[in-house]
Parts: sequence; structure tokens; C-alpha cells
Amino acid sequence: MNKISEVVKEARAAFQSGRTRPLQFRIEQLEALRRMIKERGPDITGALAADLHKNEWTSYYEEMVHVLEEIEHVIKKLPEWAADEPVEKTPQTQQDESYIHSEPLGVVLIIGAWNYPFNLIIQPMVGAIAAGNAVVLKPSELSENMANLLATIIPQYMDKDLYPVINGGVPETTELLKERFDHILYTGSAAVGKIVMTAAAKHLTPVTLELGGKSPCYVDKDCDLDVACRRIAWGKFMNSGQTCVAPDYILCDPSIQSQIVEKLKKSLKEFYGEDAKKSRDYGRIINARHYQRVMGLIKGQKVAHGGTGEETSRYIAPTILVDVDPQSPVMREEIFGPVLPIVCVHSLEEAIQFINQLEKPLALYVFSSNDKVIKKMIAETSSGGVTANDVIVHITVHSLPFGGVGHSGMGAYHGKKSFETFSHCRSCLVRSLQNDEAHKARYPPSPAKMSRP
Amino acid sequence: MSNKGATKSAGSEPTLGTDPFKDTVQRLRETFNSGRTRPAAFRVAQLEGLGRFLREKQQLLQEALVQDLRKSPFESDISEIILCQNEVDLALKNLQAWMKDTPASTNLLTKLDSAFTRKEPFGLVLIIGPWNYPVNLTLVPLVGAIAAGNCVILKPSEISKGTEKVLAEVLPQYLDQSSFAVALGGPEETQKLLEHKFDYILFTGSPRVGKIIYQSAAKHLTPITLELGGKNPCYVDDNCDPQTVANRLAWFRYFNTGQTCVAPDYVLCSPEMQERLVPALQNTITRFYGEDPQNSPNLGRIISQKHFKRLHELLSCGRVAFGGQSDENSLYIAPTVLVDVQEKEKVMQEEIFGPILPLMTVRSLDEAIDFINRREKPLALYAFSNNSQVVNQVLDRTSSGNFGGNDGFLYMTLPSLPFGGVGKSGMGRYHGKFSFDTFSNHRACLLSPSGLEKLNEIRYPPYSSRAQKLLRWAMSSHSCTLL
Repeated sequence: MNKISEVVKEARAAFQSGRTRPLQFRIEQLEALRRMIKERGPDITGALAADLHKNEWTSYYEEMVHVLEEIEHVIKKLPEWAADEPVEKTPQTQQDESYIHSEPLGVVLIIGAWNYPFNLIIQPMVGAIAAGNAVVLKPSELSENMANLLATIIPQYMDKDLYPVINGGVPETTELLKERFDHILYTGSAAVGKIVMTAAAKHLTPVTLELGGKSPCYVDKDCDLDVACRRIAWGKFMNSGQTCVAPDYILCDPSIQSQIVEKLKKSLKEFYGEDAKKSRDYGRIINARHYQRVMGLIKGQKVAHGGTGEETSRYIAPTILVDVDPQSPVMREEIFGPVLPIVCVHSLEEAIQFINQLEKPLALYVFSSNDKVIKKMIAETSSGGVTANDVIVHITVHSLPFGGVGHSGMGAYHGKKSFETFSHCRSCLVRSLQNDEAHKARYPPSPAKMSRP
Repeated sequence: MSNKGATKSAGSEPTLGTDPFKDTVQRLRETFNSGRTRPAAFRVAQLEGLGRFLREKQQLLQEALVQDLRKSPFESDISEIILCQNEVDLALKNLQAWMKDTPASTNLLTKLDSAFTRKEPFGLVLIIGPWNYPVNLTLVPLVGAIAAGNCVILKPSEISKGTEKVLAEVLPQYLDQSSFAVALGGPEETQKLLEHKFDYILFTGSPRVGKIIYQSAAKHLTPITLELGGKNPCYVDDNCDPQTVANRLAWFRYFNTGQTCVAPDYVLCSPEMQERLVPALQNTITRFYGEDPQNSPNLGRIISQKHFKRLHELLSCGRVAFGGQSDENSLYIAPTVLVDVQEKEKVMQEEIFGPILPLMTVRSLDEAIDFINRREKPLALYAFSNNSQVVNQVLDRTSSGNFGGNDGFLYMTLPSLPFGGVGKSGMGRYHGKFSFDTFSNHRACLLSPSGLEKLNEIRYPPYSSRAQKLLRWAMSSHSCTLL
């Protein structure tokens, strides 16, 4: 336990040495990170295969490529982002310099998640490094192989003191959270999010919490169902449903429910074959506890497709549930598994009402050819993000912040937003010492004509 | 104030009992859910109401500020009422622009889509104000919260009673009362209020209470802005005119009797500069407040007995260079300069928040910077020098919420500069557009066309041989614009 304290102390001393301040240093570290990803690609995909049954393609496409793009984007933009930003002056301050000066916060803690155990810890790290911070990484212990790999390879490529990796379970994380950081970014559940925020409060440490929720997916009668179902199936069943922005459940009119089921089945067959268990591209549940949990959600439901699982390999078949009762367990928690419930609603208004009585989700999806439907759905609900007529992809756009609201989180990152999240924007007004006469008016005593009440 | 712990709005009975705020919170939440506060026209009407309040009740507010802090009308105008009016005007002028979706640039895969960030209200906002600028520090955040479309509960400080009364009894008459309420009470009542879930909380006050607010917010995963405090250092270089520095320093130190979160808290300078600064400060103070500052209409009073006693103790730290007089009956403390102060003394251990300015000597700029960096990041930091390199060094080698070069907190008057702390001095920021952004959820939106599905082909399983080829190409090349 002592070791954790020491490691954080060293990171702070390394930060205070000032070596992260020059942009050149930060860029070199990011280039080293990029080299690490390219050179150790096989090790990374190996760890992802062992943890979640991901293959080379899904590892690359769903995790690594986004980090590589982020690094590229950040290196290119860093000089612009780090530069002082002049701001509009008032008549009194025309002769002065007024600008916003970006500075690193100090030592940042990033707590990763197990579902995208590479991306969700390294992508934020890119922003934290770019902003000039020391970064302590705490990978999720549930994705054990990745945790061990990161602890091995990161020190081989990057500054050992500035970017330590600390591994461990609940006891180690609890110890870690007693330390003082200058920002904590946590990805995970709302329950643990509260614990992290409470710990941060003791040190007045600002936090970014990337949580979750039930991301609704409304499918309008007026839409291309083939395309919609294809896209939904892709987003829902990738990583075996263990994606924070996966469409959690479908809302649709009962008249199109069976069509939706058929088209989803068709896409699933195209993607994963007759038996998804045999597909290289279909994932596994992270551990026994989550396997039991997700299988439990299927109990008592009307299964239109799938519904089976195999405990030893933690495989759960792509599953579609129909006529789902909104009060049932599958509709009361974030599913985080390959189970897609369909809840019937009779109108857009009913769908909106349904969505609004639940907690604000991380993502919201609406499929319709009618712009008015899309506009209304967005205008009358709230969520971290939205994609209309597709799923998930809003989080791949650099210029869109990625974050939640309410129980789905606070703060955001990705691209420039990461740089801002991990920086302090310091307001500066610099004047000259000459010309004090110009300021005479402000000095007491105030003119005699102004009388006191 | 007859009903401590009750919420007040004209025309409704205050509700007492174990949860005095339950009805109000519920009412405001229902209003928000009804969508009433969303349309621009509604927000404009509220902002105009607030503007009318500031204009029509200017005198009432000035009187309240005299009652609370013996604040001169001049100070009340320039640091409270006019600043609030400016914020209202700025919001009215820019509301449409601020409310617009912000377009975002797209990457290769999403080129054909429409990407934008939509600003939405959070819902029910709680603003907790302090006693030192009781009008400014409640109403400027209020402007932002209303402009962003939220419902608001305002909790003014119970310590600045005059202002609390005006805000509780008069302000609601100018605003829509289904979406706005004032909650009253002390620490106990505030605790009760915080048991309710809010969608955003902005708190201005001490770091100690800031932690309590933060912990309460954590229970509901409520995002927050905390405007706290600290000891704001002021470095005075040898290369400067002591009299000019003294003028600027004194003005910002003794304004509002020193009860300003961004006031210069202590000075760091060489012994030589100290010798020149002390008489210059004396000169300035006499010019500002006369030979007998107790009778100057331009000097205010300490807010309460408790703070008077606290400050009185600080007068025995180091040595009084001049000033040091006090009068408990009128809560008067003279503008004071202390020298020969030790770091361990109380005056250097807590935020002063009064008309006392300790000078500490250092032997070099490096020593000054080390001194500053050994301590918590302050809300403000000042550096005075004719040499811009010195000013820049101080800026580059330290951190603070805000920074003033060769002057005090004039930056507070620029709505284009965000106001906020860092580390123990706070988190989050506001003023001008930053207020609107603070009280808004920034929702990332991507509208994808239904057609052109061909472009998506690459992302669907099965991934076998096609994938291998592409993968190898992508990993080996420097470009990874696969997407």
C-alpha cells in the first residue's frame, strides 16, 4: 500500500520538475505511445482476445484505431490548443493584453474500464499527456490480461515516473483514491462513480465521470428498416453488447415489431453465421458474475431469438426479446450484454415519455426518414449524445465531446475537449505600469456629489 | 426575517416542518418538466425582469449593501449592480447566438453527416451565494442559469441580512415564480436543501464549505462549480514605481474592506522594495481614506462580530507598519500594512479577507516563485514589474485561477474572461458566455443519412481475409485514416 503513495509522489515530483511543460516533450511521449501501439499490436490484440474474445480486427477497429487517430489529431493541433487565446477587450482595457492561458493541472488519475480496456484508458491518457500532466493509470482488474500488459509495456516506451501504471482490485483502488490528484477521469458504473466523486470531494479534485445507463433506440414506422436493423445489430452486439453507448433497448410501434425481429435476425446471421459461438468475430462476457447477471435478465421473457448461453466459455447467444414489460428486470438496469429487448409504444410522444421517466442516458438513438420525428425526439429528451439513423458513431467524431449527463456522467473528453478537460484555463489581464493618470477616476475619495444614504 | 428555514415567494405560505423545501423543489421540477423555461422568449422575459429589478430597485439594493457592509454607493454600483446589469444586457444581446447548435467538423467516415453540439438546460439549478458581494455573486450566476433555460433556487447568504431580505421579498416579484424561488436559512437549512437532488450546483464560499457541498453533490452525481478562495500572492519586482504599485495594490486590497476573494492577500518583494513600498502605501491610503479612515465614506465595515474578532487577532502578527486601529462597536478595522511577518503566523496561514496587507521579503524572483508554489493554488495571482519578462515568468512558473499583471482584479470586468479557480481555489468557471455554457449540457449530436449504406460495409462482420489485408496496410502506413 505504501508503494501506491510512493508512486504518486514520484509522479508529482516528476511533474514539478517541469519537464512536461515544453510541447516538444509531450509530442515525443505521444509519438512513443504511438510506436508502442504499432510495435506491440500483437500483444495488445492478444490481451483483448484473452479478456474478451476480441480478434485482430475488432481490437483494431473498435479500440486501437481511435487511439491512433486521437494521437495524430492531438499532435497536429497541440501548438494551436496550447497557445494563449486572446479575448475581446472592454473600452477600459483596450491598451492591455487580455487572454486565456492554458496550463496543465498536475497529476491526473485515469481509472479504466474492462469493456474496452485499451481504448478507455489510453484515449483519455492522450489528452492528459497533451495538456502537460503526469498521468497515473489504473486499468480495470477485470480485464486482467490488458492490465498486466499495460503495466509491462507502458514503462518500456514512456517516461517511467510521469506515467505509472498501478494495478489491483478494490483495496488498491481505495488506497489510490485517498491520494490527492488534480483531476480524476473515471469510466464505469454510476455506483462506483459516486464513490470516486466522494473521494475526490475530500481533496476538492475535479472529476470527469463517464458512466452509463440505458441508451434508448427509437425506431419509427417511417424508416428503412433493413438499414436500421443492420446498424442496430452491429452496434448492439459488438463486444457481445458490452458497450456503454450500445443501443440498450428498442422502442417501436407493435405493428413493426416482428419485421424488426426478422431483419435483426437476418443481419445477425450475416454477421455471425448460424451459430455465433463459432464466429471469430463474436465476443464473450467478461466474467462469471456478469454472465449470470445477463442470463438472469432473460428469465421469464418472450425470446424471439437466441436466449441460450454456455457458462464455461461465458458465451451468450445474440438474444432478442419481444413484448417486454417496462417493469421487468431487463428494463431496470443497463443490460451490458447481447440481449436486446423490444418495448412497444404507440406513438412518438409515448416513446418520449417513456424515455424521460428513466435516468438521462449516455446515448440516444432515433431511426426515421422524417426529419420532424428526429428533431422532436432530440428536442424533448436529454442524453450525453445522439446519433440519428445510426448508432455509436457520434463518439468517433473528434470535434464532438464524449460525455454523459445526470446519472450517465459529467464532463467530457475526446479531441480538443480532452485537452480542455485536463488543462486549467487561466484568465490573464496584463497592463503596463505607466499611465496611472488614466485610472484616477477609480480611486477614492469618490466625488463629493455622490452622497451616502 | 420571520421564517427561518422556509422558502418564500410572494403569495404563497411558507412551509415549515421537517423538509421546508420539498414543495418548492417539486414545484420547480414540474415546471421544468413542462418545458416552460425552454423557449427563448421565456428566458428573455425573465432576463428583462431581472434587468428591471436592478434598475428599479437600485437604491434599495444600495441601502441593503450599506446595511450589510457599509458599502459606498460607488462600490455598490461598480462591483455589484452595474456588473449584474452588464451581464443581463450581454445575455439578452447574445442569447439567440448562444442557444444555437454549434456545428462540429466531421471525419472521413462521417463526412456526409451533420454533426453539432446542442446546448440544453440541466434542469433544476441551485445557486448558493456568499455575503461579501451578495448581489453580484448571486445574480450574475442567476443570469447564466436562466439564460440556459433552467429553473433556479437561489440560496443567498444569511449573513448579509439586508441583501437577503431584498432578494427574498422583492426579486421574486420580477420573475416567474413557478421557475424561480429563494431558499432561506443557515448551515442547517442548507444541509436540508442539499438532500434534494439538483441538476447543477454553483457555490461561492470557503474551501471548507466547498468540500461539504461537493460531498453532498456526489450523492446525486450532481455536477458543480465551486468558486472558493485562498491566499492570493502579489509579487512586486524591484523594477517598478512604488507609488504606482501602491495605488493599484491598495485600491484592490481595501476595496470592500478587503472582503474580496480575488484581492491581493499578501505581498512578496525584496527588502529594498519593501522600504519604498511602505511609505508609498501609507501615502496612498491617506489619499484614499483621509487622515482618519474611520470617518471616510469610502471605507466599508467588517461583515460580522465573528469576522471582526478573527481579523483583530491578525493585527498582532508581525509588526504594524501603519494602521492597526479598530473599533468593535462599529466593526471598523483601519487599512493596515504589516511587516516582519513569519510564514508560520496566523496571518500567513489563512485567507485574510480583511483590510490587512502583510509584506514578506524574499531575496529573488526564484524565491518568490518557490514560496508561491509551496502553497495551494490561489484564486488570483498578481505580479508588478516594468519588465514584461518578469511578469511572464511569474505567469509561466505558477498556477492560479486568474492572473493580473501590473494591476489587481480588473479582469473581473471582462465578460470575455472566464472566472474560476483551480485546485483548492475552485473548479469550473462562469461570467458572460461561460455562464451559459456552465449551466448547459453540451449534447453531442450526429445526424446520419439513411442511405449510402455502402460506405458502412467495411465495419460489418465477418472480418476474415479482407480485414487482414486492410489491417496490415493500416498498421504499416503512417496514415490511419481508415475511418
